[in-house]
Amino acid sequence: MNYTLDFTPVIDGLPNLLWACLGTFTLAISGMLLAIVIGIGGVILRQSRVKLLRWLVIGFVELIRNTPFLVQIFFIYFALPLAGIRLDPTPTAIIALGINGGAYAIEIIRGGVQSISKGQTEAGLALGLHKAQVFRLIILKPALRTIYPSLTSQFILLTLTTSIASAISAYELTSVSQRIESDSFRSFEVYFTVTVFYLVISWVMMRIFAFFSARYFSYPLR
Amino acid sequence: MGREEFLFLLTGLKWTVALSAVAFVCGCVAGLMVALLRTSGVAIIERLTAGYIAVFQGTPLLMQLFVVYYGLALIGIQMDAWAAVSVGLTLHASAFLGEIWRGSIEAVPRGQTEAAKALSLGYVSRMKDVVLPQAIRISLPATVGFLVQLIKGTSLASIVGFTELTRAGNIISNQIFQPLTVFGIVGALYFLMCCPLTIYGAHLERKFLTASR
Repeated sequence: MNYTLDFTPVIDGLPNLLWACLGTFTLAISGMLLAIVIGIGGVILRQSRVKLLRWLVIGFVELIRNTPFLVQIFFIYFALPLAGIRLDPTPTAIIALGINGGAYAIEIIRGGVQSISKGQTEAGLALGLHKAQVFRLIILKPALRTIYPSLTSQFILLTLTTSIASAISAYELTSVSQRIESDSFRSFEVYFTVTVFYLVISWVMMRIFAFFSARYFSYPLR
Repeated sequence: MGREEFLFLLTGLKWTVALSAVAFVCGCVAGLMVALLRTSGVAIIERLTAGYIAVFQGTPLLMQLFVVYYGLALIGIQMDAWAAVSVGLTLHASAFLGEIWRGSIEAVPRGQTEAAKALSLGYVSRMKDVVLPQAIRISLPATVGFLVQLIKGTSLASIVGFTELTRAGNIISNQIFQPLTVFGIVGALYFLMCCPLTIYGAHLERKFLTASR
């Protein structure tokens, strides 16, 4: 082994890499918010009385869960302009992440909603609550508490998935590191450092989730 | 899209299947070692394997492939993309399968191990004949679920430069300028591979739920 490690390009590129971490966070958090919206919307549609809607949601979930994210992001990247929507790579990546995460969120949230017994809903209606209130207060909130661990570990996966957005050159950590790598040819040094960055990012995400869990989902109810 | 292009995609599909198979089989062997070390009862070994698993679960697969790809070349092992990606995916699979199987080894009731000890079975026989057969049954749904994830993960090999299904799709799409058709077909091919496995996994889960009731 006659190779000397040289981290100078990494150190020179450090400001760029740190900004790129922020880009990764932005992608991840926007993707998660979109995923939650799609997840809750999908669960509501999944329970509708219209059979077609239910089947559409099931088809969407299975389609997304059984194809790679890389293929999905390429498809969306090329499909949006055809639909007349011109977006930069970064918003496109957020949409793709939201759709991908949303499909998994539908499955997870549905599991939680199903764990709430029917008696709860009936009791809520008997107390004169509106249907929307019953869904929000009696079904959704306890359901979210039950599924919080699985939802957040799915979101950690989503955070790691943002690295694939580099394939359409969205602004995030992997694409920036690829640029530094192709300028300096110090491939191992760059990717090793960035791997450590990702480890820190997923640790920070876990701390954030733990904070939210303690703040909003711990007993006694606030 | 003509016949030629479709055949090229099928060649890519062949490599995707080969890559998934190699990574899964080698990952199973290595994963079993990880799971056994993780439950060995020796504190320092358990810590080390827990760290190994945490690193693979806390970093993107794409980065793992990059680090392995360039890391192997750096320590003087010359490998083509195919071999390097296989090694990367195998390590990835070993960590995830190790964690899945650790859970299922711990889910086997303690009494089983104690009974085997009382019958003076050694470690190998205790694991091979008593604990693992039960643990594997418990872990089957999760293992099938991970296999689906692994097949989808092989698509990242295209970024490292290995021509499997996704990269074949990229090449064709750049040639005939019909990205939606090409990636639609590529997606459908992945779906045809993964969906039966997903259904099988769900079936196993239901079967296990009714069996344990």
